Amino acid sequence: MAKITYIAADGSARTLDVPDGGSLMEAAVANGVAGIDGDCGGNCACATCHIHVDAAWLQAAGEKSEMEAAMLDFAEGVTSDSRLACQIMASPALDGMIVRTPVSQH
Amino acid sequence: MATRSIDFEERHAGEPPHLAAARAQAYAMPLDAIDMLDTDLWVNDTHWPYFERLRDESPVHYHANGKFGPYWSITRYADIMAVDTDHARFSSDAHLGGITAKDMDQDFILPMFIAMDPPKHDVQRKAVSPIVSPGNLAQLEVLIRERAQKIFDELPLGETFDWVDRVSIELTTQMLATLFDFPWDDRRLLTYWSDKATSDETVPGNPTKQEREAIMLECLMYFTRLWNERVNAEPKGDLVSMLAHNPATRDMVPMEYLGNLLLLIVGGNDTTRNSITGGLTFMAANPAEWAKLRARPELVENAVSEIIRYQTPLAHMRRTALVDVEMGGKTIRKGDRVVMWYVSGNRDERAIAEPNRFLVDRQRARQHLSFGFGIHRCVGNRLAEMQLKIVWQEILKRYPNLLEVMAAPERVPSAFVKGYTSLPVRIPA
Repeated sequence: MAKITYIAADGSARTLDVPDGGSLMEAAVANGVAGIDGDCGGNCACATCHIHVDAAWLQAAGEKSEMEAAMLDFAEGVTSDSRLACQIMASPALDGMIVRTPVSQH
Repeated sequence: MATRSIDFEERHAGEPPHLAAARAQAYAMPLDAIDMLDTDLWVNDTHWPYFERLRDESPVHYHANGKFGPYWSITRYADIMAVDTDHARFSSDAHLGGITAKDMDQDFILPMFIAMDPPKHDVQRKAVSPIVSPGNLAQLEVLIRERAQKIFDELPLGETFDWVDRVSIELTTQMLATLFDFPWDDRRLLTYWSDKATSDETVPGNPTKQEREAIMLECLMYFTRLWNERVNAEPKGDLVSMLAHNPATRDMVPMEYLGNLLLLIVGGNDTTRNSITGGLTFMAANPAEWAKLRARPELVENAVSEIIRYQTPLAHMRRTALVDVEMGGKTIRKGDRVVMWYVSGNRDERAIAEPNRFLVDRQRARQHLSFGFGIHRCVGNRLAEMQLKIVWQEILKRYPNLLEVMAAPERVPSAFVKGYTSLPVRIPA
């Protein structure tokens, strides 16, 4: 399990316990975290779970696949810390991770 | 099949006679005789039981005798997702046939980014995507709402009129004219070009191939004039100016300009138009859902997603296999035409609970296939949702008893554009 903190565009923060192997998108959608849609259900195919990973956690979050990079290419406001939350799976190594969500993705 | 027939009788107890007859036929004919491209299935709205049978019995199905040549039908949600997200093995390239079951004419190739593979697709798509960025949409929303209100204010009370013409076409055409900064009084030309671009010359009454190409070239000439005006002016926010000034698109050859224009005209017109019409028919046929939406107007965005799923305004997208691919126990061969039936995947009970019900408060209503998935996912999806949201908010404000649907809609004879040519309605006086 990992405690993941999602900081919304308005600065408010929510911390969720995300089970190992579960994605940061699934946890966010299941708990109604604002700004994450997940239209494709976790198939890395819609880029509506775009997040910015805190600099301190970027390396721990792992490498982007080619498909993730291709999908991010078409998302809004993408920066070097951008990831798709459906492609980051919780594990003890991510305990304490901080991510930022956009205002809206649809 | 005997095991299925029990639950199948129960599930379809209330279905209209035309569907019951189609169901009998769909299950009586040999699987190999089914052709989902048969226009009759679309103009009569009888494709549903055929897709249901394919999803159950042959979800990756080879049609040797397709109207436009042999093709594979992919009918389950998960398989469609797999093909749509695998652009490395399933190409959209116009030169291999493009993105509809009917091949793009190889002597009249219209290069457009939806019918390209990476990397060229990526640069061209990025040249137009800023027009539908959230920031731009927020500005457009005010304008679209004002125009929608004017359209509704001018509708007659207590007399029958055509919803398709007066509302669905008018609203989406005004929107498109705004995005292109197109001469306002000529805006119905956009509707005309959109309809002709996707018309199938094998259907009686439609223009021949030569006639259609002549109409497309008229469109090119008109837009070339706009290009020439704007390329020499300061860059502005409209699509023509963006294409004329962006380094990724400013050197396009004329056919490529025409291709991308038609993509934006069809993508921004037919689809939303038909979801506006479909939505009214669904709401009228499901009064309990209308009551639910009236009681909880905050459901409007969810209802819009449900309308887009239930309508599926583009019935399919096509790919061409670049290598042999194993799927569903079959081997799709390199070069084969592969048709992803979004309309079927959106009714797949393996992925969506009670898929044949129209529910404004459906859970996870955004998880539908209508916009496609992967790198070709609809670039204007948020604009479409916004237009539909405004339509339904304005209807909610004005018509507590909805509008009366006076007769069944007339449907477009196409296995690609799943739409309506007319819908007679009346506002109770």
